Amino acid sequence: MHELPVMQSIFTTVLKHAVMHNVKKVHAINLLVGKLSDLEAEWMQRYFDYLSDGTVAAGARLNIEWVPAVLSCEVCHTRLEIDKANLDGITCPACTHKKFKLVSGREYHIRNMEAE
Amino acid sequence: MTREIRLIEIREEILGDNKKVADSLRTKLKGHGIFLLNLMSSPGAGKTSLILRTIEQMKAEFRIGVLEADIDSTVDAEIIAATGIPAVQIRTGGFCHLDASMVMKGLDAIDFPILDLVIIENVGNLVCPAEFDTGAIKNAMILSVPEGDDKPLKYPLMFSICDVLLVNKTDYLGLSDFRMETLHERVRTLNPRMTIIETSCKTGAGIDMWSAWLAGEIKIFKNQGSVHDE
Repeated sequence: MHELPVMQSIFTTVLKHAVMHNVKKVHAINLLVGKLSDLEAEWMQRYFDYLSDGTVAAGARLNIEWVPAVLSCEVCHTRLEIDKANLDGITCPACTHKKFKLVSGREYHIRNMEAE
Repeated sequence: MTREIRLIEIREEILGDNKKVADSLRTKLKGHGIFLLNLMSSPGAGKTSLILRTIEQMKAEFRIGVLEADIDSTVDAEIIAATGIPAVQIRTGGFCHLDASMVMKGLDAIDFPILDLVIIENVGNLVCPAEFDTGAIKNAMILSVPEGDDKPLKYPLMFSICDVLLVNKTDYLGLSDFRMETLHERVRTLNPRMTIIETSCKTGAGIDMWSAWLAGEIKIFKNQGSVHDE
């Protein structure tokens, strides 16, 4: 839903590093994105293509590594991976407690880019 | 000439620039002792009504200002300004959320250093505002009873980043199959420490509890600021 401002941020960061490293062409950008984010890969790529048109980043492929959403039980600290589409009635498999801390799933990170 | 593909390390947060602006805004607010509250909900949950009730209840004790975000209208800011409280409309120009630099501009448009409390009425949306740090000291959200008790399952991020949840329009409880206990359970899965307050902006029920929570947080914040300054 908010892919455009997010892609604008990625695009600006990529261009900044492209200038710093005297890049002629960006081939791929490797991202780490948490599974709890509401970003859709297809729309990320489309908006990126729209923003990067006519620049050194035009045509670059976005490789997204999705980071699993992981909870930690408040009582016994058992960790469990959850599915965003199935959040109802989650209980700790070890102690049956129902309150958790979010350990991962909110990542929003640009790792590196493949460029020449 | 061979073309060599290089791997260039970037290692930056995607919304890192916004986070930097948000952090510097928080530092500035701490310096002035101004409590900034970011209020979020879906459209029609009662953000403007809650702000009006809050002003009514708290204006004797606190100097309040309001930043109204709207994609393209000024209706809400006009309603707030009619109460005599400084209010400014921030048009997001099509964007579905506010970011920290928009908030900073909005604050500059009101005489914010003389205020104790500034409330941001974010764009009505449970998705995008959850991703963008506004620089607020606390995040609040409203869920209204007619929206249903299943919303924490559909918008987990929003429910996980907020400090307080107002369950509004409780006057509709008898007319719906909304189960308060189920809601609490679903909220607690991802955010065990969230404060949950039941309100009805129509009848005024729960507004005293909400105002007490907010006044308490403002006092804690102001005390932290003065301890920090010494």
